[in-house]
Amino acid sequence: MRSMLRTLMLLSGLALSALLSGCGYNAIQNLDEQTKSGWSEVLNQYQRRADLIPNLVSTVKGYAAQEQAVLIGVTEARAKATQVKVDAGDAESLKKFQQTQGELSGALSRLLVVTENYPQLKSDQNFRELQVQLEGTENRITVARNRYIKTVQDYNIQIRDFPGNLTAMMFGYKVKPNFSVENEAAISKAPTVDFNSAPAPKPSN
Amino acid sequence: MRAWRRSLSAVAAGLVLALLAPLSAAPAQIALPPVARVTDLTGTLTVQQQGAISQTLAAFETRKGSQIAVVIVPTTEPEDIDAFGIRLADAWKLGRKGIDDGAILIVALNDHRMRFEIGQGLEGAVPDLAASRIIDEYLRPQFRAGDFYGGINAAVDRLIRLVDGEPLPAPQARQSQRSAGGLQHILPVLLILGLVGGPILRQLFGRPIGAIATGGIAGFIAWLLVGVVGIAALAGVAGFVLTLIGGLGGGRFIGGSGMGGFGGGGFGGGGFGGGGGFSGGGGGFSGGGASGSW
Repeated sequence: MRSMLRTLMLLSGLALSALLSGCGYNAIQNLDEQTKSGWSEVLNQYQRRADLIPNLVSTVKGYAAQEQAVLIGVTEARAKATQVKVDAGDAESLKKFQQTQGELSGALSRLLVVTENYPQLKSDQNFRELQVQLEGTENRITVARNRYIKTVQDYNIQIRDFPGNLTAMMFGYKVKPNFSVENEAAISKAPTVDFNSAPAPKPSN
Repeated sequence: MRAWRRSLSAVAAGLVLALLAPLSAAPAQIALPPVARVTDLTGTLTVQQQGAISQTLAAFETRKGSQIAVVIVPTTEPEDIDAFGIRLADAWKLGRKGIDDGAILIVALNDHRMRFEIGQGLEGAVPDLAASRIIDEYLRPQFRAGDFYGGINAAVDRLIRLVDGEPLPAPQARQSQRSAGGLQHILPVLLILGLVGGPILRQLFGRPIGAIATGGIAGFIAWLLVGVVGIAALAGVAGFVLTLIGGLGGGRFIGGSGMGGFGGGGFGGGGFGGGGGFSGGGGGFSGGGASGSW
């Protein structure tokens, strides 16, 4: 009788310690916080790109004012993209955000294609610096997006797997929507900016 | 029966697909070279030249704390150099943890592409424009002339001068930072074990055996969490002592003596740092830098 009591107590002690470390509560907290900071980084980088555009547009205008359609296209796409109030937890809202940012990427790359026809613009110091910054920002957007996608994956796995799903249910954590891949290629493909006017690389020795 | 078997095979096929999916989804990538200050997979630089650059970089790390590396690969295909750069930077984690002051210069010889991957903490000292300027003014002209060593050397010097202008925390030994992090993880677990598990085990098995059991479990958990035998042994002893003397003077006494015991023990356990050689300090990258071609 006494030994049974002992075994019971031992088992309940073990169960308690398993619960403490194994219910995944801490992991959920950790990943939830990570997705939030990852999302801020994504927004931050998209904002950084939006901030560069007015300068870029006015510089291009100085040399290529006749490219009205393309310039207006970029300005409008930027206005649309920055107007979207996005909620990362809402799939519809995220989709809208992704779409408008994708349109802006498209408009930007059309602009950069057009600038190829203006050698003077291409040698303008200001324009080159803006290009470098835009290129760097596009790369940061790609990195931030990829990291966010990964973090959301980890988070979703955590709250769907057993026993994390029980904990998540208890505390009301829901699966988060992720960036979709449908127009991934169009978005993550940075407008290629080539400084090198000499097309074919020379043999290097 | 047959339907049952069919569904079983469907499940099996699904499993196989699920196992294969990540493999086929991941694009083929070139393998990352091991961490080193200077990596040349193309034989472009002589051993002496590699040594010279490596020495410059090592001296700079000792002086300033920042970790810089130079990597020359034949090609980054099928990835572009930006994607390869961030993958490399994420794997190597150059720069100190929390300061993120690492940088990598990557040259893809056959692609005629180069890139600076700049750590988050250095984006102020070396903004994209500055990195791009180094490429324009030092790397491209020299590379076109076929002088790879000259270009890389000049670029590294310029980079070092830029980073020197940034007030960064003074370099210090990496050991103490890491062991403190390990200790943080095990402290709450040990406390709970000592306060909850100890008395239970003592009730079950009597004082001496319960104490030994608590010590053993505490040590084992510490070993699982930190992976260092020194700390694990210390935790085990702490658990043992806690349980042995616990209950003599009431519950409150347990907490007090437990904390006292921890404060006294020097957690300078060896095994951190990975010995000699060069390894990343845990610095973070977020895609800063610039790319160019020649």
